[in-house]
Amino acid sequence: MGALIKTCENVGLNWAVPFLRLARRENPNEQIRQILLNIGVPILAILIFLGGWSWVAANVKVSFGSLPGPVAVWVQAKTLWAGHLAERTKEAEFYKRQAVRKKEFLAQNPDGTWEERKFAGSPTYIDQIFTSLKTVFTGFLIAALIAVPLGILCGLSKAFNLAMNPFIQVFKPVSPLAWLPIVMIMVTALYKPKEPMFEKSFITSAFTVALCSLWPALINTSLGVASIDNDYLNIARVLKLGWWKKVRKIVIPSALPLIFTGLRLSLGVGWMVLIAAEMLAQNPGLGKFVWDMFQNGSSETLAQIMVAVFTIGFIGFALDRLMMVLQRAVSFDGATVR
Amino acid sequence: MAFLKLTNVSKGYGLGARRASVLRGINLSIVEGEFVAIVGYSGAGKTTLMSLIAGLQRPDEGRITLRGDEVKEPSPERAIVFQNYSLLPWLSVYENIALAVDEVFADWPASKRREHAEKYIAMVNLTPARDKKPRELSGGMRQRVSVARALAMDPKILLLDEPLSALDAITRASLQDEIGRIWSEARKTVVLITNDVDEGILLADRIIPLSAGPGATLGPEVRVEIERPRDRTALNHDPRFKKIRSEIIGYLLGPGGKPKVSSTRHLVLPDIEPEHLNRPPSLFAGHRPRRKGEERHETVELP
Repeated sequence: MGALIKTCENVGLNWAVPFLRLARRENPNEQIRQILLNIGVPILAILIFLGGWSWVAANVKVSFGSLPGPVAVWVQAKTLWAGHLAERTKEAEFYKRQAVRKKEFLAQNPDGTWEERKFAGSPTYIDQIFTSLKTVFTGFLIAALIAVPLGILCGLSKAFNLAMNPFIQVFKPVSPLAWLPIVMIMVTALYKPKEPMFEKSFITSAFTVALCSLWPALINTSLGVASIDNDYLNIARVLKLGWWKKVRKIVIPSALPLIFTGLRLSLGVGWMVLIAAEMLAQNPGLGKFVWDMFQNGSSETLAQIMVAVFTIGFIGFALDRLMMVLQRAVSFDGATVR
Repeated sequence: MAFLKLTNVSKGYGLGARRASVLRGINLSIVEGEFVAIVGYSGAGKTTLMSLIAGLQRPDEGRITLRGDEVKEPSPERAIVFQNYSLLPWLSVYENIALAVDEVFADWPASKRREHAEKYIAMVNLTPARDKKPRELSGGMRQRVSVARALAMDPKILLLDEPLSALDAITRASLQDEIGRIWSEARKTVVLITNDVDEGILLADRIIPLSAGPGATLGPEVRVEIERPRDRTALNHDPRFKKIRSEIIGYLLGPGGKPKVSSTRHLVLPDIEPEHLNRPPSLFAGHRPRRKGEERHETVELP
């Protein structure tokens, strides 16, 4: 139980701790007060929000009727989930039918070759979520692979930092919407494989995400490396560590907490940018979903956009928590990361 | 023949009119196996002197030689134990020592290197804490790790830069005894820098006072001809101990060793700017977070 409490605290599930302590009969009055405070207050706030939203929805008229309220959004969320399940059933049935037909075909002409067909259904909402996650992680990975080594060089060499500085300062504030056309043209020009492994729109979105989420990781890494305790570097000097060994054994470990701070910020930026990138690049993800639903322009589709808003929010929150856990795991000084 | 030799060494910081001389005209000669203590005021330039011997800094004038070879860069043959331990916080006790052993004895087989590291952990009585991280250790234990790491490099000379000044009195006393024991076992040449005259007398063969800065220089040396092992309680009543003590303190408080009447001081104000880890600071702002008042100079009158 004690270990479970500690785990909850480490992964940021602080609200669960009083329940666990209560189960252990540890000072029940205090635990109940904690529960009321830590859970009661947020729930109250959420209820007020839902109430306000319902009132606005009932009173604001838009071009296609009324604004969807919480109930309509919840209904649409269920519809989207049902649609996903229906599509999966259809897919399973398709492959079943195909297997039967293949058997019949081969029975009739044993020498013939059967051509497998892929199910051509449209991606469901859940598929789109996973496409978005795949895209954002690809972009994030590209960003990390570029930003961390560059950041280390910036931190180690003042000259390199001065060389990089103008680019960092100028490119950092650029919106994904500005990058996207350039990336699109570059991808079209350079990505011409015979059998494409990835969709062009996927690569375009991923690179746009990478270009925008590069900067926090780069800046934090370079700061982490530049502010290494001089004593650690003196150890490297006394031991006569080579450059590469110094970077591996001293520089990277001591900068790791800040590197992860940067990566956490980068992933947050990447997730935010992704939606815009997908909208424009027409990558089959949440961004495209939002855009398509906007084009449909009905009360139901507006409710579905709101479902997407909440989905984006919750996934962003989950990604941040994931990075926070990683960040805590690498911080050696025992400091609590929030 | 001199083992470590400093000839007319001077060091200062800054340029032109703002230049502050830290050390001037330092001459020192140490024979092999000797334990020398340098005693002086805080801020007199003791750490600068140590950095020069270690090769972390180069002198402006003069020469430092070890066995006739000029000291030009840091090297494991001049192992240094820093005042603030300087252990790598992400490595365990064993890993901290192994990092040094693996680097210095790269040509040894792995099993021999491991044994070597374990031997020095045992020497400072830290075998039970072998896998602990530095932050789980007390100050005294950390300093012992630091001493073990330095000794494990098998240096020609061991440099102790105020190794005990951050510790409480009791830990300090027990570590002094431990350093005395380790020295008599390992018989290394040791340079100890300290602000504690008694510590110097307890451990060293020779004590040399360093006058107060700026432009600090070494005063007349005093030999400690008290037989070893020295017992700290008996020492307190030893007339030789009292004589050496009053000689050193007399020099440091006398006209030669005393701080100058006025001096330029480097003032550091308390850091009042919060540092935001999550806020990426501007790269224009320089390399590390700047502290307020870092560069303040003020001339103060001293009694």
